[in-house]
Amino acid sequence: MSTSLLEAPRTNVLPFKPVPTDPGFGVYVHWPFCAAKCPYCDFNSHVRMKPVDQARYAAAFERELAEMGRRSKGERVTSIFLGGGTPSLMEPATVGIILNAISNIWTVAPDAEITLEANPSSVEANRFRGYRSAGVNRVSLGVQALNDRDLRRLGRLHDVEEALRAIGLAREIFPRLSFDLIYARPDQTVAGWEAELARAIDLAADHLSLYQLTIEEGTAFHALHKAGKLIVPDGDLSADLYEATQALTAAKGLPAYEISNHAVPGAESRHNLTYWRYGHYAGVGPGAHGRLSWDGYRYATANEALPETWLQMVEDWDHGMVVEEALSIAEQADELLLMGLRLAEGVDLKRWRELSGRVIDPRSERDLVENGMVERLGPERLRCTPAGMMVLDAVVADLA
Amino acid sequence: MPANTPLSRIRNFSIVAHIDHGKSTLADRLIQNTGGLEIRDMKEQVLDNMDIERERGITIKAQTVRLHYTASDGETYVLNLIDTPGHVDFAYEVSRSLAACDGALLVVDAAQGVEAQTLANVYLALDNDLEIVPVLNKIDLPAAEPDKVKEQIEDVIGLDASDAVMISAKSGLGIEDVLEAIVKRLPPPSEGDRSAPLKAMLVDSWYDVYLGVVVLVRIIDGELKKGQQIRMMGTDAKYPVDRVGVFTPKMVLVDALGPGELGFITASIKEVADTRVGDTITDEKRPTDKMLPGFKPAQPVVFCGLFPVDAADFDDLRAAMGKLRLNDASFSYEMESSAALGFGFRCGFLGLLHLEIVQERLSREFDLDLIATAPSVVYDVTMTNGNTTQLHNPADMPDVVKIDHIAEPWITANILTPDDYLGPILQLCQERRGIQTGLSYVGKRAMVSYELPLNEVVFDFYDRLKSISKGYASFDYQMADYREGDLVKMSILVNAEPVDALSMLVHRTQAEKRGRAMCEKLKELIPNHLFKIPIQAAIGGKVIARETISALRKDVTAKCYGGDATRKRKLLEKQKEGKKRMRQFGKVEIPQEAFIAALKMDG
Repeated sequence: MSTSLLEAPRTNVLPFKPVPTDPGFGVYVHWPFCAAKCPYCDFNSHVRMKPVDQARYAAAFERELAEMGRRSKGERVTSIFLGGGTPSLMEPATVGIILNAISNIWTVAPDAEITLEANPSSVEANRFRGYRSAGVNRVSLGVQALNDRDLRRLGRLHDVEEALRAIGLAREIFPRLSFDLIYARPDQTVAGWEAELARAIDLAADHLSLYQLTIEEGTAFHALHKAGKLIVPDGDLSADLYEATQALTAAKGLPAYEISNHAVPGAESRHNLTYWRYGHYAGVGPGAHGRLSWDGYRYATANEALPETWLQMVEDWDHGMVVEEALSIAEQADELLLMGLRLAEGVDLKRWRELSGRVIDPRSERDLVENGMVERLGPERLRCTPAGMMVLDAVVADLA
Repeated sequence: MPANTPLSRIRNFSIVAHIDHGKSTLADRLIQNTGGLEIRDMKEQVLDNMDIERERGITIKAQTVRLHYTASDGETYVLNLIDTPGHVDFAYEVSRSLAACDGALLVVDAAQGVEAQTLANVYLALDNDLEIVPVLNKIDLPAAEPDKVKEQIEDVIGLDASDAVMISAKSGLGIEDVLEAIVKRLPPPSEGDRSAPLKAMLVDSWYDVYLGVVVLVRIIDGELKKGQQIRMMGTDAKYPVDRVGVFTPKMVLVDALGPGELGFITASIKEVADTRVGDTITDEKRPTDKMLPGFKPAQPVVFCGLFPVDAADFDDLRAAMGKLRLNDASFSYEMESSAALGFGFRCGFLGLLHLEIVQERLSREFDLDLIATAPSVVYDVTMTNGNTTQLHNPADMPDVVKIDHIAEPWITANILTPDDYLGPILQLCQERRGIQTGLSYVGKRAMVSYELPLNEVVFDFYDRLKSISKGYASFDYQMADYREGDLVKMSILVNAEPVDALSMLVHRTQAEKRGRAMCEKLKELIPNHLFKIPIQAAIGGKVIARETISALRKDVTAKCYGGDATRKRKLLEKQKEGKKRMRQFGKVEIPQEAFIAALKMDG
């Protein structure tokens, strides 16, 4: 815990507005293809030499969406998220088919947030207008860095100039825009990052996702890291970088509403809030996960990850699910807690209590409060303090 | 079997040697050359019949073999070879075994020369007035320097080595010469009186699954026969004799054992603990009037706690200890409960090797995973009211204000080393509060004698000695006496809570060093918490060493979306599982593994 953080009143109190915490219902669609595999990425992404038959995939998405619709009857869609992979490799027509299918299967709220993840390379930016016409009202750009050396190191195909152009274009075309940056990169200093972040905030519309670089197993970075050829900022520096990020974004009006997500209050990602508020969501496409309820049980679903296999499965059986598992009460309680505590608004204790049939251990909570890790927001909400956010994984383990 | 062998044709002898100098190989050769075993029965090193003995090349229990040898004078002799434990931990058993002999072969490696253990055992043999024949083994090795080693035997031990027998036990060279030397140079047993009341020495005893307790005896006077009612004079226990026999080394029954003879009896004795090495066995109806001198029960000198890694194994551990004690009366145990390690036993041992052997047998023969706490010694605590108590466990230390003084056991130690390593070895002994009592050289080898507190030796002394001398120094010790010392109880506090299992008795001059070492170790072992954790070593209220485990600063997953919930939940479940294996001290959770690492002996 850093004392400077405690002394900085601006970041001491995380923003909280008594938002209606209806988690909503989201539809996630996964486009699994990328032009190149980034060395840090452990997402379900695949590079194909031959062009992908988009019509065939679009048809498969339609069929699987219909199957998911049968498992979530009566839901009202509050958000749609086209993620990947690189969804901006989809033709606007493919996006159109998917969005159409969704509105045919479920009721889609008129103000539904429809996000598409896009890369800032010029080829992809050219499709922005098409996506907008298809119904996309928010893009999330994978900018990742605002200096060319680091972009190259991160294996990105765009440079800063392209990123700036894509941001400008997106601001023009889409009502809402977010972009991602990765920090705690090799050789990064707090001062260097602050300068880069300040520039990013100036470029940002109302939302930023700022992720600390994580070395994930099975990635190229993991192998380099293990071999000692990739040095990433250690615990203390990474904590300093995190604190600097919180301070700067809060000061510039983009405070964190989640560990790695910042928004002008009111401009949070509706779709991601559904995850963290532990709502229902349908996961469609290769490797997608969902949380759906039917027959009084809450199910975790997961799809076959390999695109070609998933495609064949959907064509044979209308879906590519390989996991369809009813979650126990204890498992649901754990998920509610670990997702909810990521949010500045915290977790609804009443809901947790009603779900789990137990209360948070008062001794654990008291110890965490004494150590300045958690606090109550009124009688029924518990949230992490800024210090607690940095050690959330340990905090959750103490409370669960 | 020839009974009533005239005493002039009996030789009772043992072999004295340092580990690895070839004692067991020589014994094997003697058995083989006298036809004691067919070649096909020969398993290498017949006498060491426990797995551990064979693997480590040490003898734990005394064994005896009766050999028939037709000498160059045409007479057939009965040669009773008593194989003795070679290690100082079993010095008392060694001295009793030697008391059953009239002579000894001193086997010295012709390349390595005299070592510390050779010395300790040769002194015991001399104490027992044994005739000693030096034997130089491994003379066929290129590095052998028989002349230098002979000189060393004369200088260091004071034995005439001019007609030492030169052999290679491995190749069989010179074995006949050894047998002839046994017959010609070792004396027959002193005249006993076959018609006198039975007087026999209990040389050793062990538990045999089929026979029960088997007792190895040496007859001084009288006869020992099947059916006879005997009495152990030290314990006053009475038994009817079931069987009488000798080892060839196979067990062969005989009608009777007479003066000078060695053999075994069984007598429905339930536990080895009922027999005491060195005790006098006599006839219940016609007892001898005088016990043999020198009988004393074995006293444990080193203690440690043994706990099952898995608490569910406690009952198995208890059963295993019971079984082990059937065969090893010198090992003692009592139940102990520790806040850190749960239920286990406080165990007493004859020394560090004994401790290691018991621990190894428990894990090997009984398949138990054990945690052994750091070994400690027995302290004599004198209270201000004049009462004295023996302290086996630092956790039981009485209130300091009621203590007048504490005495600790001291040893006398001999270390033999190539002189290159002498400097650092002297430094090590000084650091450990040693008092140098002698230093002599033979060629490039130095022999240094020290008085040392045992408590400093049980704490990683062997390991240090080994690493300082690259394994070339040998070390042996004998218990000396108890001396008053400035001993204090050092407590370890984690987040201001004392952790009893980690407290120890140390000499005041060593406290700071040991305290610092323990605090540093714990700092490595206890994971970061959400708050700072001070770790302190303290004497009374005074902190003498301190480390701080800094608070965990960052531990959070950067990305967690809909697809990550399952993975994160599974990680959380693992974390919760891990917490169950933690021991809670106040607000600090210490992983079981950290405790094991902090408490276990170094090496």
